[in-house]
Amino acid sequence: MRHSTFFWFFLPTAAAMILFIALPIVSVVFQSIYAPHPAVLVEVETCTPLVGCTTETAVDQDATRQLRESQPLGRFVGLDIFLDRGHLATGEMGEAWVDTDSWGAFFNRLSNLPFYRAMGFTLTFIIFVTPFVILLGLLIALAVNALHQSLRGLAIFFSLLPFVVTPIIGGLVLYWMIDSRGILGKAIQWLVADPDLSLKASTGLMWIALIVWGIWHAAPFAFVIFYAGLQTLPKDQIEAAQIDGATRFQQVRYVIVPHLLPLITFVTLIQLMDNFKVFEPIIAFQAAAHAQSLSYFIYNDLQGETRQLSSAASTSVLTILGVAILLSPVLVRTWRDFKGKM
Amino acid sequence: MFLKKVALISAIAVMTGSAATACEISARVSIVGNEFPAIQTVGAGAQECSGAEVSTNLTKDHQSINVPGMQGNPAEYTSAIVANSSIVALMNEDVIRPLDDLVAKHGKDLQSSQLIKIDGKVMAVAFMANAQHLMYRSDVLDQIGVEPPSTYEDMLAAAQMIRDQGIMDNPIGGAYASGWNLAQEFNNMFLGYGGSHFKAGTAEPSVNNAAGVQTLEMMKSLSAYMNPDFLTHDSNATNAEYRAGNIALLNMWGSRAASQTTADGVTDAVKNGHAIAGPMTVGGGSAPASTLWWDGWTVAKNISDEEAEATFIALVNAIRPSKMEDEAIRTQAVWLIDGYQPTDAAIGVFEAAKMGTTPYPMLPYMGLLHSALGNELSDFMQGKESAEQALADVEAAYVAAAKEKGFLN
Repeated sequence: MRHSTFFWFFLPTAAAMILFIALPIVSVVFQSIYAPHPAVLVEVETCTPLVGCTTETAVDQDATRQLRESQPLGRFVGLDIFLDRGHLATGEMGEAWVDTDSWGAFFNRLSNLPFYRAMGFTLTFIIFVTPFVILLGLLIALAVNALHQSLRGLAIFFSLLPFVVTPIIGGLVLYWMIDSRGILGKAIQWLVADPDLSLKASTGLMWIALIVWGIWHAAPFAFVIFYAGLQTLPKDQIEAAQIDGATRFQQVRYVIVPHLLPLITFVTLIQLMDNFKVFEPIIAFQAAAHAQSLSYFIYNDLQGETRQLSSAASTSVLTILGVAILLSPVLVRTWRDFKGKM
Repeated sequence: MFLKKVALISAIAVMTGSAATACEISARVSIVGNEFPAIQTVGAGAQECSGAEVSTNLTKDHQSINVPGMQGNPAEYTSAIVANSSIVALMNEDVIRPLDDLVAKHGKDLQSSQLIKIDGKVMAVAFMANAQHLMYRSDVLDQIGVEPPSTYEDMLAAAQMIRDQGIMDNPIGGAYASGWNLAQEFNNMFLGYGGSHFKAGTAEPSVNNAAGVQTLEMMKSLSAYMNPDFLTHDSNATNAEYRAGNIALLNMWGSRAASQTTADGVTDAVKNGHAIAGPMTVGGGSAPASTLWWDGWTVAKNISDEEAEATFIALVNAIRPSKMEDEAIRTQAVWLIDGYQPTDAAIGVFEAAKMGTTPYPMLPYMGLLHSALGNELSDFMQGKESAEQALADVEAAYVAAAKEKGFLN
């Protein structure tokens, strides 16, 4: 392709990428290194019903407006917000390192800091959800593929449902089912013979519920990809394996899985990204007391009466970095494969 | 007969009401606010006006959308219905306008006590007062033979008796959902123990002290008598427990007192046994462990003067004194409107005011402390860390946020 042809061909994509990906990232980075101006506070008389007039502290609007107009970006804080207690908490981490004399005590102190606690949950979530999604997706794909042609449509439809349901709705359904008066909650109480057991009151059980939701929700995604992949599997390869006396397991292990490997890599990539940003189940399960994630922090910073834009922006930058680190091994491998083919 | 009378009176009220409603406006009105019954009434009252469109967005997520919805120019919302906590966010961002000229022009029906004045300027018009106070099942308390508790210590004793006698497993309810609700319960109890959230005259937090520890210990003791899922129960979920007859004692918002027995699925036992009383004290203190609130409306700054005037007229119309003739509306809240005769559902809030309940602090940085409390206290409530550690975490989280927002250096 000539360079100019390529340029014009690629221009719309490049423009869209700059507009929707590059510029927002630049904006988020800027917002994370600037913070609001120091508040100018004044004492004012405030009169309210049933109480009368009292002297209260308020923000001086005129002075604040002048500050904002002279420096619209706010005050430059560099990496201060990244390093504060709500984010990387380097100061607190240093103190914990000095104060503690064993790894256990150090990690205990670390788990009291929001960022590291969120990382603890997020990584656990990724470690359990990603492989189970791939395994379950593969099993469903193999099962559906083995069905008679006339049943496949129906089976695909039902297998896809968890993925079609809006994540937060699916989460709410499960939330009410695991309530101590819900069908699953009651069933579990009966199974372990403990009538006071409550999934929502126990961090461990809540994590399990969240992980189960994660697998339930994403398995159909893996299934659809693998099912599509199975349709491209050459028949003669399977037949050759059968003639060689391969068992059903050996056929899967040595023929089907290698054939699907690029797709497995793809699903792993998407899952790593998605699971790192785990958010909907935490809201749906009202699980913030037990489990938090970086996305939950961003949501928490931006909602309510106190909007902490700089804090939310810093967490967003950390999320981008986190995704990049998580994906780096897979990306490096893909790059090597690509180089190998050249 | 009684019902007939009520129906007749309300019919007359509606007729006189509609006859008196010559509410004409000439520009758009758009209102954002919370969703409880009294605010629904105010929203509907504003929509009675004709001449231009009046739209409302009444949702429990109003706090997240009112500032962004009023920062644009022109603003999406011409009015936000707020309380003493949420007006601070609007003041901090400078998105609401002083109302003195409009009060002079159209406010003859407003009482001076309704006007929220900040630095001499009217910034909001209050229409109702609110406070959390005791609600209880009189039948259950009769059964165990105790008076309604006036202190949290009595509440614990009553709960133990209810449990011992096998009436209910978890007799106490509370909006202890991790986040805003849990923090609000902390605020109540903390003020009851005589605490003060900040070092006087500064934005430095002061919750990690004896009052803070006592507060958390009392909350922990109460939670032992609550449904084990209490960290997921907000006001709505707590009320659902109450209506289902699962709990007998709770500290609940006065604005929800009237609807407590009228919702779908309330059992007869709850309907007949429902009773309310003033807020409780704690630890031998004299100030109730509760906060006093007002709800009122504001007018946006970034809108045309015509829209501001239309908004003001429509909202004055919504809270006109003739509304107080309607029994159903009167029971919805403790109205601050001229001509309001308190109903039985108002006892709790009036008691709260009489007992000198502290108003919720209207400070620019209170919201940051509230959200730090909401995030950091659940570990203690689950028994994962000590009260001192939890309070130290709260202060550290607040200080980080206050530094970012420029309240602390």
